Amino acid sequence: MALKRPALEATISNALSALVVGGAAGAVVVIALIPMIAGLIRDGLAARLTPTMTSVASIAIGVGATVFLITQLPIFLIWLERKIAAHIQDRLGPMRVGWHGVLQSFADGLKLLFKEDIIVDGADKFLFKLAPFLTIMGAFAAFAVLPWGEGLVISNLNIGLLYAIAITSLGAIGILMAGWASNNKYALYGGMRSAAQMVSYEIPTAIVILSVVVQVGSLNLSDVIAAQQGGVGGVTNWFIFRLYGLNVIGFILFFICGLAETNRNPFDIPEAESELVAGFHTEYSGMRFAFFFLAEYGAMFFVAALTAVLFLGGWSGPFFSGPLVLFVKTLALVFVQMWLRWTLPRLRVDQLMALCWKYLIPISFVVLIAAAIDGVVGS
Amino acid sequence: METLAPKIIFWVFTGLMLGSALVVVLGTNLVRAAFALLATFFSVAAFYAMLGADFLAGVQILVYVGGILTLFLFGVMLTNRIYGLELETATFQLGSGALVSLTVFAVLVTVVLTTPWSQTALVEEGPTTPAIGRLLMTEYVLPFEIASVLLLVALLGAAMLVRRRIDL
Repeated sequence: MALKRPALEATISNALSALVVGGAAGAVVVIALIPMIAGLIRDGLAARLTPTMTSVASIAIGVGATVFLITQLPIFLIWLERKIAAHIQDRLGPMRVGWHGVLQSFADGLKLLFKEDIIVDGADKFLFKLAPFLTIMGAFAAFAVLPWGEGLVISNLNIGLLYAIAITSLGAIGILMAGWASNNKYALYGGMRSAAQMVSYEIPTAIVILSVVVQVGSLNLSDVIAAQQGGVGGVTNWFIFRLYGLNVIGFILFFICGLAETNRNPFDIPEAESELVAGFHTEYSGMRFAFFFLAEYGAMFFVAALTAVLFLGGWSGPFFSGPLVLFVKTLALVFVQMWLRWTLPRLRVDQLMALCWKYLIPISFVVLIAAAIDGVVGS
Repeated sequence: METLAPKIIFWVFTGLMLGSALVVVLGTNLVRAAFALLATFFSVAAFYAMLGADFLAGVQILVYVGGILTLFLFGVMLTNRIYGLELETATFQLGSGALVSLTVFAVLVTVVLTTPWSQTALVEEGPTTPAIGRLLMTEYVLPFEIASVLLLVALLGAAMLVRRRIDL
């Protein structure tokens, strides 16, 4: 009997792998068809409910779909990151659990669910429990203003960009809270470093966003995308190609700041494992730890999506438009984020601050002033 | 339903704001008080949003939660002496204190009840951002510039104070 187990295991593993790969392919098809599905749902609701209830119901459906996307996406992104890391380092990465390790993240997630939820003795128990929720709230609430297609946005806020910068700062508060409540010197240092970093890098981020706002004349993300449509092949009107190439600098600045705001390498000193064990989440275990992980990958995806919306035309593409275009652009940027993580060494604290205050902020002001002058001369 | 929902939201945020403000005032733990401010600031932003002041609501969160509160927490955590300090909220002079606070309360209640509050229906003004920007750059450009220069001076002053002295 002992000999037969591997065969059974292989069968189960193959079946599950096929399910996961098929599910991923199905998800891509569903994302491509979202405009059609959303239209059908909207018509169906409008026929049965009052206008107010229709908008409430469509917001609820949008929130549900987004929550599903951003809780499932990290499973794929973590697997992707491990694979990319392995191939950059001339290894294979996870290979055992399922076809090319596609089931690895599911296995890890299950393991985290079953782990003991340890709350250390000296911790501030209430804040310790609250911190992961606050962090994940900051990362997820930002998705409310992300437009996926024509009219496909949960909340078409006319202060969308302001909201996006403001709500992501909740993440910094959550990390500070985690660091302090853990009652651990490494956690406290990690929390402080993270907050200092996020507060500093928020400034060039906001200024680069302002340079785009000056060119659009609106804080609404849908207007930003509308301003980038048309042009040769539907590409030349993207902001990255405008303002005499200065927007390329803005794009690079925004990408760098995005890395810093999500605490990604080379800016991951808040959780630098060689000095701080694991930084602010040293004392966390089980699902509370997983929440920090989900928040990190959610924030990564959001920053990449925002970069795509601001500079790469969002959901409008050269051949066809829609959620799939934004998804592909975002994943390409996420790939670059991961690529950088495994090729660049970590910056020291002082280097990190010097980079922000001495280089990024002055350069971002140059881009902003150039955009303003161009706007005044152009009108 | 459509008239009840805003009322429920209003009272939920009022409760949250007053409750968290009480934690700030009465709490004995300085860091917890600072974190309680988070809920207070958020509720104020919610009130702005309910009044149709969309830009102010965003700025409230950006400036108070993203900037000021983070710096507060920073200051509290970095300062050794208040890090483990137990704040005292002792009660003394109960009689005279009660007299003073009751008088102030009575005056406030009288004012609230006798003032003819002008109530107007909420006007849907649409996006306020362009209007605020235009006013700042035309009518209120002088106060705006003075505030900017003041902040710059404060920034330079802070940098000067913490700078290590270099003998030239």
